[in-house]
Amino acid sequence: MATTLTPNTADVIAEAARPKPISLAQDIWRRFKRHRLALLGMIVLMVIVVGVIIGPWLWTVPINEIDFGARLKPPSAIHPFGTDDLGQDLLARMLYGGRISIAVGLAAMFIAIVVGTIVGAIAGMSRGFVDTALMWLTDLFLSLPQLPLLLLIIYLFRDTLKKIVGAEVGVFVMVVVVIGGFRWMPVARLVRAQFLSLREKEFVEAARALGASRTRQVARHILPNALGPVIVAGTIDVAAAIIAESTLSFLGLGFPPDIPTWGRMLFDAKDYLDIAPYWALFPGMLIFLTVLSINYIGDGLRDALDPRRVMG
Amino acid sequence: MNEQNIRGLIEEVREGKLARRDFMTKMVSLGLAAPFAGHLLLNAGIAQAQTPSTFKPTKRGGGGALKVLWWQGATLLNPHFATGTKDQDGCRIFYEPLASWDKDGNLIPNLAAEIPSAANGGLSKDGKTVIWKLKRGVTWHDGKPFTSADVVFNWEYASDPATAAVSIGSYKDMKVEATDSHTVKITFNKVTPFWAIPFVGGAQGSIIPKHLFEAYKGAKSRESPNNLKPVGTGPFKFVDFTPGDMVRGTINTAYHEANKPFFDSVEMKGGGDSVSAARAVLQTGEYDFAWNLQVEDEILLKLEAGGKGKVVVIPSGDIEFIQCNFTDPNIEIDGERSSIKTKHPVLTDPSVRQALSLLVDRASVQKFIYGRAGIATADFINNPPRLRSTANKPEFNVDKAIAVLEAGGWKKGGDGIREKGGKKLKFVFQTSVNQPRQKTQAIIKQACQKAGIELELKAITAAVFFSSDVGNPDTYTKLYSDLQMYTTTMNAPDAEIFMNQYVSWEFATKANKWQGRNSTRWSNPDYDALYKAAQGELDPVKRASMYIKMNDMVVQDHAVVPVVSRPRARGANLKLRFSESGWDSDFWALQDWHREA
Amino acid sequence: MTLSGTYVLRRVLIALPSLLGISLVLFTVLALAPGDPFGDIVSNPNIPAEVAANLRIKFGMDDPVMVRYFRWLFAMLHGDWGFSFASRIDVDTLILQRLPTTLLVVGSSQILALLIALPVGVYAATRPYSLFDQIANTLTFIGFSLPTFFTGLMLILVFSIQLDWLPFVYRSDITSTGWHFYWDHFKQTIMPVMVLALFQAASWTRYVRSAALDVVKLDYVTTARSKGLKERVVVLKHVVRNAMIPVVTLVALQVPAIFGGAIVTEQIFRVPGIGSLLISAILANDTPVIMAVTFVFSCLVISFNLLADILYAWLDPRIALG
Repeated sequence: MATTLTPNTADVIAEAARPKPISLAQDIWRRFKRHRLALLGMIVLMVIVVGVIIGPWLWTVPINEIDFGARLKPPSAIHPFGTDDLGQDLLARMLYGGRISIAVGLAAMFIAIVVGTIVGAIAGMSRGFVDTALMWLTDLFLSLPQLPLLLLIIYLFRDTLKKIVGAEVGVFVMVVVVIGGFRWMPVARLVRAQFLSLREKEFVEAARALGASRTRQVARHILPNALGPVIVAGTIDVAAAIIAESTLSFLGLGFPPDIPTWGRMLFDAKDYLDIAPYWALFPGMLIFLTVLSINYIGDGLRDALDPRRVMG
Repeated sequence: MNEQNIRGLIEEVREGKLARRDFMTKMVSLGLAAPFAGHLLLNAGIAQAQTPSTFKPTKRGGGGALKVLWWQGATLLNPHFATGTKDQDGCRIFYEPLASWDKDGNLIPNLAAEIPSAANGGLSKDGKTVIWKLKRGVTWHDGKPFTSADVVFNWEYASDPATAAVSIGSYKDMKVEATDSHTVKITFNKVTPFWAIPFVGGAQGSIIPKHLFEAYKGAKSRESPNNLKPVGTGPFKFVDFTPGDMVRGTINTAYHEANKPFFDSVEMKGGGDSVSAARAVLQTGEYDFAWNLQVEDEILLKLEAGGKGKVVVIPSGDIEFIQCNFTDPNIEIDGERSSIKTKHPVLTDPSVRQALSLLVDRASVQKFIYGRAGIATADFINNPPRLRSTANKPEFNVDKAIAVLEAGGWKKGGDGIREKGGKKLKFVFQTSVNQPRQKTQAIIKQACQKAGIELELKAITAAVFFSSDVGNPDTYTKLYSDLQMYTTTMNAPDAEIFMNQYVSWEFATKANKWQGRNSTRWSNPDYDALYKAAQGELDPVKRASMYIKMNDMVVQDHAVVPVVSRPRARGANLKLRFSESGWDSDFWALQDWHREA
Repeated sequence: MTLSGTYVLRRVLIALPSLLGISLVLFTVLALAPGDPFGDIVSNPNIPAEVAANLRIKFGMDDPVMVRYFRWLFAMLHGDWGFSFASRIDVDTLILQRLPTTLLVVGSSQILALLIALPVGVYAATRPYSLFDQIANTLTFIGFSLPTFFTGLMLILVFSIQLDWLPFVYRSDITSTGWHFYWDHFKQTIMPVMVLALFQAASWTRYVRSAALDVVKLDYVTTARSKGLKERVVVLKHVVRNAMIPVVTLVALQVPAIFGGAIVTEQIFRVPGIGSLLISAILANDTPVIMAVTFVFSCLVISFNLLADILYAWLDPRIALG
């Protein structure tokens, strides 16, 4: 590929060459499909999501049925994932908790990435005051001690939020906002750094010379090339959010103590690692699989958005 | 057992017909704290039985290093500022009180030559003065002699509000003077049946040296360099200290008890968590002793199989219990919820409280959660299980609870939750964040579900739950929920302070910034009267029966639901020999700790 | 446009008021956060209620937030870091006691993480979707899917319990001398450092790989390759240098954490670092300690952000900051 052949012109040529023009979205999907791992990731994630959504309808064992006669039992036909130290069925708990963990993980990741990318992009494109102010905000959030702040947030907003949107939604919104709100800063810094470097690159200069608007420069040329770290941050954030949720419930911020989320189960299981290893194995495996599939989807998406992808 | 019987028993002990230990056992089984029972004899003029120390060393030192683990590290080393157990224990390595409490509630002299009693003239008839004779020949770690001036100074130091000592409660409302170089006389402002608080037990009775702290009394207390570098009279001398991490001491070769201590040095490591502390002592033997193993028994048993150490359980008066809120947490009056001007719409109904008590499966909580570290109980004043009172028995019976609720007019609604007159049996049940507590909550919730009571569980981080923060709604003294569960500690070896949690003048209210001790806001004029009578009652027998009665009034009205009594659980190396006490610091007899060959 | 002295000077001058602003926000958050340091006092029935009230007055906790903030600010300007409620000693003494251990454990883990992440990430990026890349990927995902409280415990179970090779209680004052001193220190430092390093390396490897992958595809690298430059030269000279921009960002983000310590890992191995000081201060609501630690932390955040900006311009001279 020659230096002068910018992605923009490449697209123009590609589109012109085709008999039937197809939309951008179709084009992205066509490229995404060719990324086999991404497709696999998509399938695995779908299986997990569908599993936790319809699973509790199929596996109707109650999540909080205490059975002292069946404590710490390894996987069997009655309890496919085994039981915990109160004899509660781990499969039922995994399915139920998975809804929350996946929802929290994805939503918090989404917030972190959207906020981070927007702040980083604005700071990276502007100079002077706006950049300084946004970086100040980023630094402020980085320096805030999380624990006391969380306690303050619970104290200030828990009851108010409960009144407005109800207990469950209120807690969910708070958990997601709190986790997402504390994880966007690295994304913002990374995106800004990419922007600082990319906006001076030849192909952006070329687009600028061709009269592309600022928005178009960002949307078509700079952002797709700055997405790499964003996608990495996204996958890491999903894992971090699932685990962070369990930490929050120890502060009384998260979901009530009797709701089993994956992070919480992993935490509960850790002291029994040498007595009942399967207890930790299943939540650990599922967090891993979720993160893995989200990453491959991210990779596929990036390659699909970026014409100079590495995979054919 | 009534007052007359107790009096008879005391006479039997006096005449030698009844062994002292048997008397203690009987009293304790009545729900009486062991030290209090010991006190009965003491006040009746019967001398203390000295617990015979099995440790008869022939030479000082030679035992190597003693390594102990506290999963919360000591943060300061001045006994008068020591708030938490961790700090008190850290102080107790270097400082000593006049006397300590052994496991049977006997006073054992440390810096005192003998324990005051009516027989030796130490206690006055009017219950207002105590005379302590001090041990002679005791020196501070810097070589200066220990005298009565030091003892008097500690009273002056701690009772000065400007010092801001947390031990002020033990030293106010009294006068302390030295009658000679080794005699101290305490004069209380009012009749004080339980006189063994100042200069006795734990860290708060510990004596600091006058010559080093004299210049730092009052407002300057925080500037003393010795707040971090203790100079005491104890078996070990200070080496170094990192707050929250490590306290180290080396043998005091001039210790006032012959041929003691056994260990050449002591190392108290802080931080980490309970489970790994248990691992380091029970499984790998890296450490000799671990404090407060708040770990599921399942795990402890597995770790003990490692063969390096064992769990030692020491009876104490601490109790894990559930409080019912007698006021309405959902109505705000003058900026205060759970105001004493309100009545709880449901929990004031005795049948509901009785049903709740029947729905707590204490046996399972003991068996599957606390194990040896939590004994099912139906009493508020507690002692070891083998000595449990016959008056109140823990009972778990879902059917009976349902029958009680039915009889009380609580009928099942369409959603399976019982209701009466539009009021539903739905409660918010809060506690602090703590694994065993969350599991207990789950067990109770399930039983309640079966009986048609819905519990909403809430767990609050301990840093908030146990704070005195006036602005926060989640502190346990406010009790802005229907039910709550926590452990109340009986660290004063007497029931007077322990039982003030149910008197009407201790209501926790906005007016007293929720510092009142009665957070259930239960009250009963008979209880109040009995409590007041006990406060001024010098006759130990009457006093004892009064506290037993108070215990019964509270638990039989189900104002609270006792769950498990909490003996202290410690981990110790199989070869380590030490004497523990549920009424004093773990280090109350550190000079006797040794390792068997 | 290259980096100018006036630019740096201006940034430093801007940093001062921003620090002041951050300190005000921090202080307000801590002052308003629920809880107070007197939990033990309140729950102990032997201590009368007045004691807590007196202590509140003595520590000035009942004054308005602004009054307390300016009192803190002026004390800070005089070099007085405050006074710990819990330990009743000066905060700077507490922090200085913990600093060497923190720098040793967290610092070496970050260096180790970087040493793993850079070569693995770059190598994986030059051969995307190769076997090496796939294995590295899987390991990194396991790395950040498992929280440190879990990996730490697994290491303890294997190396302390099963094999009995390493101690799992960290001691800052080892009494042995000579070679034994270093050997003992080394043994007790391995596990905490490994836990932190692996967790950090896992995410850094992903970032480095992604950054390098972006650069590998860029035109001038292809040009350099087509000019017949040796692969190693291409990688080192062009790929690494340009992939350094995200790496510099990440390192700058992470350096303050070296001071802040690692709360969970320090807890597991009982490492007496700043992290464990901070968490116990937070749990005891020891505000002066929390304030001091977070303030130093925010100073580091601001200075390393500034440093990162300067490094961007050095790495890629076309970057114009103004």
